[in-house]
Amino acid sequence: MKAGSFEWHPARSADEAVALLAEYAPQDGRVIAGGQSLVPSMALRLAFPAHLIDINGVEEFSRVRVEAGELVVGACVRHAAFHQPVEPGPLGRLLSRVVHDIAHWPIRQRGTFCGSLANADPASEWCLVAATLGARMVARSVRGTRVIEAADWFHGIMTTALADDELLAEVRIPLLPTGSRAGFYEFSRRAGDYALAMALVAWRDDGGRMREGRIGTGSIEVQPRRIATAEALLDGRPASAEAFAEAAAAVSAAVDPLEDFHTSAGYRRDLIGTAVRRAFEQAGD
Amino acid sequence: MATKMAITLHVNGTEHEVRVEPRRTLSDALRTDCGLTGTNVGCEHGVCGACTVLMDGVPVRSCLIFAVQAQGHELRTVEGLASDGALHPLQQAFIDNHALQCGFCTSGFLMLSAGTLEQQPDIDDEALREVLSSNLCRCTGYQNILRAVRQVRDAGKEAAR
Repeated sequence: MKAGSFEWHPARSADEAVALLAEYAPQDGRVIAGGQSLVPSMALRLAFPAHLIDINGVEEFSRVRVEAGELVVGACVRHAAFHQPVEPGPLGRLLSRVVHDIAHWPIRQRGTFCGSLANADPASEWCLVAATLGARMVARSVRGTRVIEAADWFHGIMTTALADDELLAEVRIPLLPTGSRAGFYEFSRRAGDYALAMALVAWRDDGGRMREGRIGTGSIEVQPRRIATAEALLDGRPASAEAFAEAAAAVSAAVDPLEDFHTSAGYRRDLIGTAVRRAFEQAGD
Repeated sequence: MATKMAITLHVNGTEHEVRVEPRRTLSDALRTDCGLTGTNVGCEHGVCGACTVLMDGVPVRSCLIFAVQAQGHELRTVEGLASDGALHPLQQAFIDNHALQCGFCTSGFLMLSAGTLEQQPDIDDEALREVLSSNLCRCTGYQNILRAVRQVRDAGKEAAR
């Protein structure tokens, strides 16, 4: 189908973008970045914004940089930027593995990291990364700038803490310390399809023992989240098949899975345990 | 209805002055306003890849970009592949390897492959499979499409030696 009518407002700077958003958000206006989720929604008439504020021409939004121990991803950095590590440490390598599971090659040339965070699809890989690694979202509006912690960002399916007149200007992800190991596993039925379950794990290797363990789940509940009961089982233990299996079982016990016509909650509960175990097994430095 | 906007699209080295509503997709503008019907439109929501074109050398879904957003970018469509009556090596390889049957997906696969080989002339088989999984072929000619693109890649590597 074809999208409904809208007025198009290309922004040339971040200041202009938030000014346009302040003007048009009350008139059913919203931001378009890569548009790889928004435009299909418009074509299917699930979304029909009256105004689109286009930030593709905002130069300062296309930058990814490391600053004060954080990877800072601008509002219009494309998924494809992560095909090669964006920083030389474990985080850059992890993101370059995760990106291959995001949709398809041409979609990744256009879709953006921050757009995924703002869209907050339960099956978003970048949302899982943000939730598990404790990213901070920087929201800008004409009223000012505020920083929102990952734990406060997600408000359920495709809903976030972002106000109508706010633009997600950048996402800040803490770098993983040297000696970290991190793994990601996603299960989907077809190449490039939405995940039915995915898991991200990370820990710091302390002479063969696991410290600061993080276990995140995605595409299994209404939003990605860390599973504290499973993380607690890791501390101080050697990275072993036994520890991985126990953590996976704790995750399965903790989640409240979404279900649909094709997949029962029981199946998804089992699947997320497998995803967690495989994420551990495939973890690299 | 939103007001039409006068825009210029640069397609295959030619400027097209067109008037479009902002909601006009690039794929519809190419077909309807520029008269370039080689780009096919399948699903209209980014799933099938039939409408793939190159924007600044990068394969993109033209149904997921509005025509107004394509101003100032260099666009290439399947009509721009052949030169002086000679088929592009990918077009010839698709014929030689029976990489098409009904042909509906073909222009999308050609542009996806052309953009990929220009960016990564020595792409390995695994990465190529990942790229070619982006588009749908319902005559299920995937193996022959893979064969055709690999043939052009290998010929290019040979020529670069």
